[in-house]
Amino acid sequence: MAKKFLMKGNEALAEAAMRNGCRFFFGYPITPQTELAAYMAKKMPKIGGTFLQAESEVAAINMVYGAAGAGARVMTSSSSPGISLKSEGISYIAAADLPCVIVNIVRGGPGLGGIQAAQSDYFQATKGGGHGDYRLLVYAPASIQELVDLTAKAFEKADEYRNPAMIMGDGMLGQMMEPVEFSEPIDLSSLPEKEWATTGTEMKRKKNIINSLYLSPEELEYLNIKRYEKYAVIKEKEPMYEEVYTEDAELIVTAYGTVSRVALSAINILREEGYKVGLIRPITLWPFPEKIFDERSKTAKKFLSVELSMGQMVEDVERCTKGRSEVHFFGRSGGMVPGKEDIVEEIKRIY
Amino acid sequence: MEVLFERPHSLSNVVNSYCPGCTHGIIHRLVAEVIDEMGIEGETIGIAPVGCSVTAYNFFEFDIQQAAHGRAPAVATGIKRVHPDKFVFTYQGDGDLAAIGTAEIVHAAARSENITVIFVNNAIYGMTGGQMAPTSLVGQVTQTTPYGRKVENQGYPLRVCELLSTVEGAAYIERVSVDSVQNIKKAKAAIRKAFECQKNKKGFSLVEVLSTCPTNWGKEPDEALEWLRENMMPHYPLGVYCDYTDKD
Ligand SMILES: Cc1ncc(C[n+]2csc(CCOP(=O)(O)OP(=O)(O)O)c2C)c(N)n1
Ligand code: SF4
Repeated sequence: MAKKFLMKGNEALAEAAMRNGCRFFFGYPITPQTELAAYMAKKMPKIGGTFLQAESEVAAINMVYGAAGAGARVMTSSSSPGISLKSEGISYIAAADLPCVIVNIVRGGPGLGGIQAAQSDYFQATKGGGHGDYRLLVYAPASIQELVDLTAKAFEKADEYRNPAMIMGDGMLGQMMEPVEFSEPIDLSSLPEKEWATTGTEMKRKKNIINSLYLSPEELEYLNIKRYEKYAVIKEKEPMYEEVYTEDAELIVTAYGTVSRVALSAINILREEGYKVGLIRPITLWPFPEKIFDERSKTAKKFLSVELSMGQMVEDVERCTKGRSEVHFFGRSGGMVPGKEDIVEEIKRIY
Repeated sequence: MEVLFERPHSLSNVVNSYCPGCTHGIIHRLVAEVIDEMGIEGETIGIAPVGCSVTAYNFFEFDIQQAAHGRAPAVATGIKRVHPDKFVFTYQGDGDLAAIGTAEIVHAAARSENITVIFVNNAIYGMTGGQMAPTSLVGQVTQTTPYGRKVENQGYPLRVCELLSTVEGAAYIERVSVDSVQNIKKAKAAIRKAFECQKNKKGFSLVEVLSTCPTNWGKEPDEALEWLRENMMPHYPLGVYCDYTDKD
């Protein structure tokens, strides 16, 4: 069996990124993702990689753009206000079809907000953030092992689809410690070549261009349509979720990330008391696991979306249950986290 | 048959999008000639951010990345860190480099990123139709300073070479002009020197080129050159602002 390490989420993410071929990291300090950058700063030079503290999140994401366009596996990490600044660059990265991984260890907002755990960047991550028609692959791990596994997946899928991928966590996940196993570091030379990258022509091929400017509306629309064809494939193949006790459930709780663990504790208590409650935990926030909501809304009478926000994912739950079930929302925001008793009480109230 | 004059190989065989009499075209040619002469076309990666030269990816024959407004030095940093042995250069206007991208250029210089910056100063925002630039002169009439740039309201024009030459990481900084044959020759020599600086891994190099925008200055091409000489040169003196290319 592989060796287990006891690690903080932020550090485990950084380790997983390096093991999966990330050799370039550009970031700007912000709580609560600090340990991730610090770990990178320490380890990157030892494996011949680059850690660079940029002058701003704006610069950092554009360094990512350059490095991704130059063919590297590259990552940046930040927290909510920093992701807002990166959003211009993320739109350009999506528009130029560049693969990269962006980590958002979400904190309470809006504005400077707070530094405690939150999920109030769901809209930003899944519905845009930057301008234009684009999508990110968004992964929302609920444990440190899952964080490690999804980091590997994020790099792989980003390359596969030439699309930016985001890992959404929160300060709890970033800072708590759990035992984790890592896969062996991948061999960089085993990765497929990126023939489209700007690496210098060596006078052996035509020039490569990384670009997002198309002044002809016909061409721009054509490219948007092509990109949406890619998104359609992603929506078909990539949704991930976990279900617990949903088969006979009359009420299904939906929650992602760390708060889903609290929700599951509440569900276990209620099951003991005879309540037919279950859980759907989206693991990919985009593509949203639409089909399972469609399916379960045929049997469950009620859904309750539990979030660390004022109600964001609940809109997708409403959309995907198509009015067949009652959809309720229970959330705390600003860094407040509900206890399992709070969730138990809310479920009993609406059951 | 002896060829006396031809298109540099690094320039694409297409019609560029610059207005008649605009000196962007001359500067493109100088960059392409230097790259040809150094034999580095296959090792060059350019960056064209927002501005009239944003479509430069159509005009150069080497690999190129288009970048967001002002962010070219950050994009160049990303590329250079991945390919430290390739030639990486940005081609930026004054709005791009000295307004929205001020932070990126200062910090690229401070890190002494081993890149070359071609900074085209035409004292105006060309692409968007002639608004005030950070380098517009006091009194200069633009779309957004219809009564002339006033110090009380819009402050003073930025002198980029002077500013950046105080940054320790800057290895080579020179201001040139393309208003006359003699100055064009000097401009080419400066661009060559900047690329050599990068080749020898001496760090950050920047060549500021005083350039015209006949269209938005509302002048004929020859009048525009005259205006550049009479108004821009006194405020933006030509010359070498720092040169540490001989230092180890
Ligand atoms: C974020 C952003 N803001 C504004 C613009 C609009 N814009 C396009 S070009 C330009 C000015 C460019 O001027 P300059 O850098 O001086 O280059 P020139 O066109 O004169 O060559 C502006 C403001 C943009 N594309 N992106
Ligand atoms: S608008 Fe000005 S800078 Fe732009 S191409 Fe025309 S003359 Fe040149």
